[in-house]
Amino acid sequence: MNITVVVKLVPDLVEEITIDEGGLALDTDWLRMIISEADNHALEQAVLLKEAAGGTVTVLAPHAEDVDDVLFAAAARGADRLVKLTGNEESVSSHALARGVFEALGGHAPDLLLTGVQAHDDLDGSLGPLVAAMLGTPYVGYVAGVTLGEGTVTVRKEYPGGLLAEMEVQLPATLGVQVAEQPPRYVAVSKIRQAMKTAEIEEVEVLETGEGEDAGVPSVTRMYLPEAAERATMLDGDEDEIAESIVGVLEELGVL
Amino acid sequence: MAAVSSPTTRSGGSFSSRFLETLLVQPEGERIRACLQCGTCSGVCPFGYLMVAPPHRLIAYMRAERLDQVLESDTVWMCVSCNACASACPAKIPLTAGLMTRTKEELILAGNVPAELQDALANSQRYGNPLGESPRKRADWAKGFDPPVPVMRKAKRAVEVLWFVGDYGSYHPRVQESSRALARVMRALGIDFGILGPEESSDADSQRLAGERGLFELLAEKNGKVLARYDFELIVTADPHAYNALRNEYPALGISYPVQHYAQFLAARLEELAPLLTHEVEARVAYHDPCYLGRVNGVYDEPRSLLEAIPGLELIEMPHNRQTSLCCGGGGGGMWLDGFQWEKAGVRLSEWRVREAVNSGAEVLAVACPYETPRFEDATKTVDAARGLRVQDIAELLDAAISGQGGQA
Repeated sequence: MNITVVVKLVPDLVEEITIDEGGLALDTDWLRMIISEADNHALEQAVLLKEAAGGTVTVLAPHAEDVDDVLFAAAARGADRLVKLTGNEESVSSHALARGVFEALGGHAPDLLLTGVQAHDDLDGSLGPLVAAMLGTPYVGYVAGVTLGEGTVTVRKEYPGGLLAEMEVQLPATLGVQVAEQPPRYVAVSKIRQAMKTAEIEEVEVLETGEGEDAGVPSVTRMYLPEAAERATMLDGDEDEIAESIVGVLEELGVL
Repeated sequence: MAAVSSPTTRSGGSFSSRFLETLLVQPEGERIRACLQCGTCSGVCPFGYLMVAPPHRLIAYMRAERLDQVLESDTVWMCVSCNACASACPAKIPLTAGLMTRTKEELILAGNVPAELQDALANSQRYGNPLGESPRKRADWAKGFDPPVPVMRKAKRAVEVLWFVGDYGSYHPRVQESSRALARVMRALGIDFGILGPEESSDADSQRLAGERGLFELLAEKNGKVLARYDFELIVTADPHAYNALRNEYPALGISYPVQHYAQFLAARLEELAPLLTHEVEARVAYHDPCYLGRVNGVYDEPRSLLEAIPGLELIEMPHNRQTSLCCGGGGGGMWLDGFQWEKAGVRLSEWRVREAVNSGAEVLAVACPYETPRFEDATKTVDAARGLRVQDIAELLDAAISGQGGQA
């Protein structure tokens, strides 16, 4: 069983984010990057599957500052092969990353390709369906559990309203993971330091932005923090007065 | 970079015997051979009754070559590293620093870590504090001081006192109040102090006692590099865990500076401080000895001398005081195992303590550790009898006596 996981780093929202002077992108001076939460769950799910049924876990990650630390931590958690995708690293969109992943895989689908179902910086759609379309595999998103069968996997998919569906998917398949069956495990610092000494990170130059329609990326015309709308009306007075005002407002709106 | 040794992962010998080897090489580690299985340790342990293997039984398991069985249980995580066992042991075996901490290290390496604790450790790894806050906001508690509290990197000058504020003093909203009170007290005394601000990382003593030795070394090294950049005479901290780490653990990593808990620092200046305490704080006050100030480091008198110097304040003692003080439950990872321990125990150690304070007639429970204010305050909300008990850091009581602000206490 060959499992490939694609993870990427996204801005860490523990730090306050600011827009750069151009008004089209985040100010990267103050950004700290962190593994995208859903990707972290995809990695955990891959390691859990490996522990249950054997096989190898390959982790692909586009280059970013601190990505080596993320890859070494993945090795400490149980990943076998670490691959860093390099090339044009300016604003890697989901489309560009999907093309890079496809190339890094040599166009061949692994038994199972896992990635986070979404990331908070996906401006042009999530990665999973894009890669699945290129590889010609089925895709299931919002996955919250995977069980291996014979040439198939049974996945549990979350729907809104508390519904859960179980479906059988032929391998090879691509899954967008929402949550792993267990929360991503903690690895002791000593194990990560060990991995830094023993694990190797391969690099493949596959990232290109693409031109024109080929880029498949929306162009950003303005980036800004949410602006407060001034629609609230503050009602003053005691309880009776406020109640009367509310009735008045509702009548004015034609609700009463 | 110091190597993290885990000789238990080496081949040769049983797990139990390899584990024993790692204990024997620790300070006073040989004493473990003297264990007579008297069981005093497990009797005095506040949560020993909930452990599959409290300290004396852990030793028995090890001698029976069955220690690996213990690693399958999660009840060692009830240990709050309060040092009660070690302090009561007639053979003076380093039970907390050695046996219990080493066992937790094995649990961490085996991945047997409660989820709550994982979060705190992962946050410490990433952000340098267990609360998961932005390192850039570490000095935010000091906003509004005029003149501003000097942050060493910007102040670019020598200071008399480098104040190691610690995680909770920097970030926890309730403990930030204690930090501000201490800053006012130091200002009133004319102490020239500075803080590290965003450059300060967790002292990581509690992470160490929760079994994450590698994380402790990583963060200690970071703090060591930062401290080496600045010129100061003395480190002062309000956090007994930071005090313990800086005093007893950092020197082995080559990071060695004179350090005092603020209670020691202020008690040594009581002649200058006492005339400033002009406002009465009329209250019966019981002082809670923090484990890592009292039992572990022997600082019992200085906090009491500060309280006794406050006019109007009546200092009383609870039955568990000084060496027999009851742990607040926050040590050794307990701060980050609240839900886990609650599920097992159905009670919090902090609840026992506030009940004892009320039964002793205290109106105020005075503390000197940043874990305690929020823990005990929370406990006063769940223990009906303790609803009226006020929890205050000694620094807050001193501040009130200087300024007359803050009501009765």
